[in-house]
Amino acid sequence: MSAALPGPVMVAAGCGGTGRELEPYAGPAGLVGLDLVTRSITLDPRPGGPGPRLAEVPGGLVNAVGLPNPGLGHFLATELPWLVRAGVRVHVSIAGATMGEYAELAGRLSTAPGVAGIEVNVGAPDEAGAGVLEVREPYHAASVVAAVRREFPADRPVLAKLRPDVSRIVEGARTCHEAGATAIVVGNAVPAAFADGRPGGLSGPAVAPIALRCVATVRDALPAVPTIGCGGVRDVASARAYLEAGATAVQVGTALLHDPTTVARLRASLAAHPPEETA
Amino acid sequence: MPDGPVHVEGEVVATKRIGGYRHLTLTAPGIPERFRAGSFVALTVDGHVTRRAFWVHRVRALSALGPTLDVVLETRGSGTARLATLPVGAKVAITGPLGRPFALPKDAVSCLLVGEGYAAAPLFPLAERLRERGCSVSLVVSAPDEAHLLSALEARRSARSVTVLTADGSVGLRGTVADHAADLVARSEADVVYAAGPHDVLHAVASAAEAAGAWSQVAIESPTPCGTGLCHGCPLPVVGEDGVDRVVRACTEGPVVRGDRVRWDAL
Ligand code: FES
Repeated sequence: MSAALPGPVMVAAGCGGTGRELEPYAGPAGLVGLDLVTRSITLDPRPGGPGPRLAEVPGGLVNAVGLPNPGLGHFLATELPWLVRAGVRVHVSIAGATMGEYAELAGRLSTAPGVAGIEVNVGAPDEAGAGVLEVREPYHAASVVAAVRREFPADRPVLAKLRPDVSRIVEGARTCHEAGATAIVVGNAVPAAFADGRPGGLSGPAVAPIALRCVATVRDALPAVPTIGCGGVRDVASARAYLEAGATAVQVGTALLHDPTTVARLRASLAAHPPEETA
Repeated sequence: MPDGPVHVEGEVVATKRIGGYRHLTLTAPGIPERFRAGSFVALTVDGHVTRRAFWVHRVRALSALGPTLDVVLETRGSGTARLATLPVGAKVAITGPLGRPFALPKDAVSCLLVGEGYAAAPLFPLAERLRERGCSVSLVVSAPDEAHLLSALEARRSARSVTVLTADGSVGLRGTVADHAADLVARSEADVVYAAGPHDVLHAVASAAEAAGAWSQVAIESPTPCGTGLCHGCPLPVVGEDGVDRVVRACTEGPVVRGDRVRWDAL
């Protein structure tokens, strides 16, 4: 099995709108060849959670957005073709209520023209919301990855996105990789709370050192497992820190909300790191 | 000139305290030229992850420094406080114009514009566009008190008739927009009603317009952490064209929406 890894700079799930909104800020190269992870797509449309969904805290953001998305059918009919026409390499983040839903999502995406890869969100900071399977336990996460992998062509990547939990990351990375994940995205939002105690996830510069520790830990324990760093990437230095710790790529999320041109600038600066092949 | 927003480095060319607000005049290459009334800009604040969104009060196509735009700022927290202290000459990253602007009527109809506090800002460039189209423009500016009334003097130049409302009665009529909305809509004989302000003001105006058989367009102010449609952090509950309840992004599908499409009780 061989699947080309995306990178070195990707747009992280949930921070690229529908993809279209990035176009004005994409720079002279436009969206062509941009590795974009969509917001998580579910079978049925979801309105997302109530406001306020995001709150600024020192060093980052607390969010509880609730996976708003138009559902797979609408996504396939409208957003995906637009992205494909724009030349985007589309990695669809998926979330399901049951193992069967993950398999169905992966199966339908496997035949949709232009889907470069899938990212399975198996490390949400909390229950991602009503109607989404709880898959943070490494065993469950691996079962979901295996179900997705069975439905999705072997020559296209399936990424497993785990939250940066230093005590569990090696186990999670190993089980998901054994279950068929091409690479492990290290760095979901970290469990946190809004000022009123409402649960959410913390992202942004504050989590970069945590995710970096996880990337280094996985590299040391599982040198054959490719990782993608995600958390607090905002400039060349923060991106290189991940690459030097062994990540094959980085994902940019929260920084896009601060400066929508961040990905374009990083793509231009890091073009020297080409995507790699895994055996 | 292509459509769509740009992200540019601008510069503060003037800064002035006016009543309870601060006006910043900014150069922002490409943004004044693309601006349409009701769209907004987002300013990056050093040391803060999210951006701060502002209504554009005025655009000058020509000045000694090239095109400029004015924003009105009310200090709300550390981010706005920081922007309020930017000196002349300070550089600031600006994204815009963002969002859907006010839709202009095709014919020369009569229009009522209702604004509360600093949110009245986008109604001034709107009034100019409407007058260029031969529309008759009645303007209502309201605020809790005189210090928070936006440009009542300037309002008299922009509109055929101007009504000033203050909740404490310090100038103009005493009361809130909600107290007077039905009356104001009836007296203006407006075909189209435009409103900008807090949700209760918008709701009152939209309901009065609906009762009077007028179209309404409301500029919704929501927290917009990115302002660019990327984060989905600005949920706006609406009823779609198909009658189905939806949640859209206030910064992208808004900020201006039809008043009769907003699900006010879910806001
Ligand atoms: S503020 Fe980020 S999508 Fe509207």
